[in-house]
Amino acid sequence: MSEHHLIGAQRGSAFKAWYKSGDPWIWMTGGAVAISLLLVIGLLGLIAFRGLAHFWPADVVQASYQVPGQEPMRVLGELREGELVSKSRLESAGLPVEGDKEFYDRYLFKVGNRDIYGSDFRYVIDDWLVEREFPQDITVFERLEWGNLYGWVESVSENGEVVASGDDAWPTLRERQKRTHKLRNQIESIEKHDIGAINYALEKLRLKRRGLEIRNALTAEAEQKIANEEAELQARYKGYEDELISLYGDIQRDSVTVRVMTGETRTVDLSKVVRVYRPNAMGVFGKLGHYASKLWEFVADEPREANTEGGIFPAIFGTVLMVLLMSVFVTPFGVVAALYLREYAKQGVMTRIIRIAVNNLAGVPSIVYGVFGLGFFVYFLGGSIDALFFPEALPTPTFGTGGILWASLTLAILTLPVVIVATEEGLSRIPRSLREASLALGATKAETLWKVVLPMASPAMMTGLILAVARAAGEVAPLMLVGVVKLAPSLPLDGNMPFIHLDRKFMHLGFHIYDVGFQSPNVEAARPLVYATALLLVLVIIALNLFAVRVRNRLREKYRALEH
Amino acid sequence: MVQTKEKTNMTHAIDMGGANRAPQTRKLEDEKIALTVRDLSLFYSEKQALNSINLQIPEKRVTAFIGPSGCGKSTLLRCFNRMNDLVDTARIEGQLLLGDKNIYDKDVDVARLRRRIGMVFQKPNPFPKSIYENVAYGLRLAGISKKRTLDETVEWALKGAALWDEVKDRLHDNALGMSGGQQQRLVIARSIAIKPEVLLLDEPASALDPISTLKIEELINDLKNDYTIVIVTHNMQQAARVSDYTAFMYLGDLVEYGATDKIFTVPEKKQTEDYITGRYG
Repeated sequence: MSEHHLIGAQRGSAFKAWYKSGDPWIWMTGGAVAISLLLVIGLLGLIAFRGLAHFWPADVVQASYQVPGQEPMRVLGELREGELVSKSRLESAGLPVEGDKEFYDRYLFKVGNRDIYGSDFRYVIDDWLVEREFPQDITVFERLEWGNLYGWVESVSENGEVVASGDDAWPTLRERQKRTHKLRNQIESIEKHDIGAINYALEKLRLKRRGLEIRNALTAEAEQKIANEEAELQARYKGYEDELISLYGDIQRDSVTVRVMTGETRTVDLSKVVRVYRPNAMGVFGKLGHYASKLWEFVADEPREANTEGGIFPAIFGTVLMVLLMSVFVTPFGVVAALYLREYAKQGVMTRIIRIAVNNLAGVPSIVYGVFGLGFFVYFLGGSIDALFFPEALPTPTFGTGGILWASLTLAILTLPVVIVATEEGLSRIPRSLREASLALGATKAETLWKVVLPMASPAMMTGLILAVARAAGEVAPLMLVGVVKLAPSLPLDGNMPFIHLDRKFMHLGFHIYDVGFQSPNVEAARPLVYATALLLVLVIIALNLFAVRVRNRLREKYRALEH
Repeated sequence: MVQTKEKTNMTHAIDMGGANRAPQTRKLEDEKIALTVRDLSLFYSEKQALNSINLQIPEKRVTAFIGPSGCGKSTLLRCFNRMNDLVDTARIEGQLLLGDKNIYDKDVDVARLRRRIGMVFQKPNPFPKSIYENVAYGLRLAGISKKRTLDETVEWALKGAALWDEVKDRLHDNALGMSGGQQQRLVIARSIAIKPEVLLLDEPASALDPISTLKIEELINDLKNDYTIVIVTHNMQQAARVSDYTAFMYLGDLVEYGATDKIFTVPEKKQTEDYITGRYG
């Protein structure tokens, strides 16, 4: 019988043995990891590709657009994203598609010259775009307003007088463009820093006078003093104004005459031009240089044209500063709360209820925190602060409106449960033997906590903070209620006393994505920026996290006593 | 139970043991008494863990507590520096006198008491700090911050714990890099650095290899010139080797207490004899 049994077992069990060996589980679990990894890489890859490709200077194509049954039309511009579109969709769009092709390649064609055509973009069917050529001398003008201009340089003028035309025009243009660029930087610096500082000081003085008025303390002497200071500021302002006037005169000196596709000529003020380049004549290195400069502008400059051009530096800055502020608020709070819960509170029903409540807080939708932040922080706290400390500014709210302080505090509350739970976890893992060792040496409980327990629990606190940062940096919904705006006039950190302005509204990468993606007047222009901004948001979060992880690993290395 | 009935008779086991003493045996009556346990009972919630213990610990001698697991010897030891305070459910009745002062009086500063009665635990528990900082921990707590005093005391304590020669070149390395035996001696050095009067050792060698154990035992021998030592051990040979007096405990009772020679040669109680000869426990 036993022999029979053995044979039976051998025959039917190749699969069974394989199953029992655990191999299927290894495959399944390994497969799950592989799929997750692929998804993450795919996601990052897509964002990176779509976002980063935007800054590459595409060749400008000149072609004839031959819609069947219509007059051919000359077009000039950049071919952007292509897609396959079914015949029926094109038919329903009213295009005369004939023949038996099921799908057509359709391109987004950037024609630029928004001031002439009304729109930057149009769709073209690949097959109908014939007689394509890439003229070497086509020039792209990136303007401060109205987007790109594509055309041929006719002549360069100084104060209306032509100084160069024909072949000379291009080198002259480049040279003069550099000069305007320099001048524009000077103007920007004066307007932003010097005049900005004077305006800030004037506003302060106005508030000071108003404050004294309210308290009936505006003596003639004080009034005189304020007036003197104002006069001095005004005088300084006048100086800068004169300087600005002369700079503006300088910058408006040059203009360029451009012949566009339709044959007509346009005169463009060089002061309105950010960049001029000839993409078709550029080599790979020229394009790389252009790419780097565009990328740098994106990371380091301020947005232009309803956020569809320029950079997103204020948003990066706002995101990072808000996350840092949030960390400063949430860490001590969470750690102290966890300390009390774990070390001092008598464990029982009450602590259990509190723990359940804290855990549930982590599951509350973030917009609810936004509403709470608006009601409690902005209206109640902010309103009270305004009434108490800033009555002179009323009815203009100072803290009684959204700002980076309230946004950080709202996110701090949002992430508090994570920090509490992680810290408690860490505290509970400190071996009892070490606490006893400290107590047996004559330490009080507080000394033991401070000298032994807290340092050893610090990696756990950092874990909590890492999770908090990861959650807070990506949060958008609550921020829209408590201080994020699509365009902030100034950064919350600048050179004016007291340097950090917690009451200011700020920009945020997450909100920027939402704004550019959904609220933009120029959807086609904005779309690549959505990807680029998303990539940057991910990078910022990764950078913040990596920093925290490094700190934690160092702490772990220092206090690795938990192994025994 | 039989033991609980016998308990009352046994409270003065020491005096009763006087009759049959061998001539070379130490006499408790001749000793100066450091700690006196008087009618000490300890309860965990409702469960009684120590039954009205009476005991005197002589000064500058080694007193060993032996007995099977769960007999209450560690619990009793932890009463001496009020470590049981940390257990929420523990409740104590009776007195424990250090000199003439009951350490369970309300006005006793527990932290200061623990500085006078040091303790070494079963498993080595150095802090995740440098060797130097481990020894200096108690000193810093006591408010000593002068570098020279600290240096001198750390060296003195490490020498006292027979560890100086092994670690003097790596005082600022992490203590967790040491071997188990070294860690335990470091913990002893840490305890003696604050110059306590009494040193409580809770199975100090049970987690160590034989050679480290031997070193610890030698150390105990040296230390008893300066400190009153109370050691809990489940190793009877160890008790016989290192201690001057031995208390045998069973199920929360102090069964017999007397000079070690006597307990191990002519125990009075049958229970003691059974345990020592290995019949149970």
